[in-house]
Amino acid sequence: MIDFQGYGPRLLEGALLTLELAVLSLLLAVVLGLVTASARLSRLAILRLPAIIYTVIIRGVPDLVLMLLLFYGAQIGINQLTDMIYDRWGWDIFINVDPFVAGVITIGLIFGAYMAETFRGAFLAVDRGQVEAAESFGMSNWLLFRRIRFPLMMRHALPGLGNNWMVLLKTTALVSIIGLSDMVRVAAEATRATHQTFLFMIPVALGYLAITSLSEIGMQWLKKRYNAGFEEEH
Amino acid sequence: MQELLQSLAPWLNDNAIFTPSTLAQYWEGFVNTVQLVFISLVLGLFLAVPLAIGRASPIRAISKSIWLFTWVFRGTPLLIQLYIAYYGLAFIPGARESILWPLIKDPLYPALLAFTLNTAAYTTEIFYGAIKAMPRGELEAARAYGMSPMMAYRRIILPSALRRALPAYGNEVIFMLHASAIASVVTIADLTGVAYNIYARFYAPFSAFIFVAVCYMVLSFSIQGLFRLLEKRMLAHLQPR
Repeated sequence: MIDFQGYGPRLLEGALLTLELAVLSLLLAVVLGLVTASARLSRLAILRLPAIIYTVIIRGVPDLVLMLLLFYGAQIGINQLTDMIYDRWGWDIFINVDPFVAGVITIGLIFGAYMAETFRGAFLAVDRGQVEAAESFGMSNWLLFRRIRFPLMMRHALPGLGNNWMVLLKTTALVSIIGLSDMVRVAAEATRATHQTFLFMIPVALGYLAITSLSEIGMQWLKKRYNAGFEEEH
Repeated sequence: MQELLQSLAPWLNDNAIFTPSTLAQYWEGFVNTVQLVFISLVLGLFLAVPLAIGRASPIRAISKSIWLFTWVFRGTPLLIQLYIAYYGLAFIPGARESILWPLIKDPLYPALLAFTLNTAAYTTEIFYGAIKAMPRGELEAARAYGMSPMMAYRRIILPSALRRALPAYGNEVIFMLHASAIASVVTIADLTGVAYNIYARFYAPFSAFIFVAVCYMVLSFSIQGLFRLLEKRMLAHLQPR
């Protein structure tokens, strides 16, 4: 066994934190992406415009800068808000921004914009006839989305979705900079303390590669599921 | 630059944060970011072309080992690669006594090493994809003319593949610009590092980070525009008429 000089358990905890963070922000990103893609495809300019501004800003600014802005900015913004409430009504509220929550929200927000682009293209690729058929069956908008648009769209969105997930996973490493003890931060601390870079960095790198390889298998399963009924075409 | 900043001073009168001195720091950060990204992109590009050709090679030992390189560098966060380059070199026993120490001590060189290898890996895959997508007919025509593989690459494959890879490469350039923000964690005063220092000094996250976000956006959109222009010129033969 490799001797992690006492850092073993913390590295494992860090790996778990990385996974939790990645999965939670993926969920947030998918929801945000679906909402934004729907808004961008809306007939109403009042819905389209904010969606376009959101995606353009997120895609133009580095993830780390957004993370620093949201993490440090949110605390001050909330403090100013609670101060205002205190001055006006005398309610004393104190909210501390949790780095984990800030991390999930930032990464979810960033990848929501990328997901929106993936989903937008996929929604546009759904066969018009299917939607018309559902409409003529008298399906409500929500039912149409749940039964027809979403499952058909997923087939086109899957490659982009898988790609975004891989990038998201690697982006979680940035939370180590705002002070979360993910596996990268633990490894960096251990490296600074023991001067054994490779002992800690290589296992962490392998950890990322393992998650990536496992996701590959998950993607195959999803592909099979959403390609059901389309095999004849290939 | 100094004169320009001095001439700006009257407009900045009531501004506590954006003084000529902080703007000068931002300018320095801007120069550092552009330098770092530009040098690693150029070096990465020179590495990627032969690597992509090797990746498409029929000799399995060559193509597999290049695949392994791109798989590892694309599958792990750039931050880890940066840490390995930065701490890995500095903590090698005897590094402090070696003649290379001045190079290792300066965080710029380890950062350049990590960024170059990272962008080389992504670019290799982009070029490899473009080489793979060569129309078969063109390859057969080249062979029918009796071209050696070398000549076919030089005259037929590379000119066509590198052009078709242009849109994807444009994305990689912007990705690299954004990824370079992590250079600040190894004490390089790039745009993000400067913004962080100014945030820490004035405790003003909104001014410090929104300003730098706008800088990055301007850079990103300029790069995007540049690549659109390039595509228009170099891919003119593929446009619908």
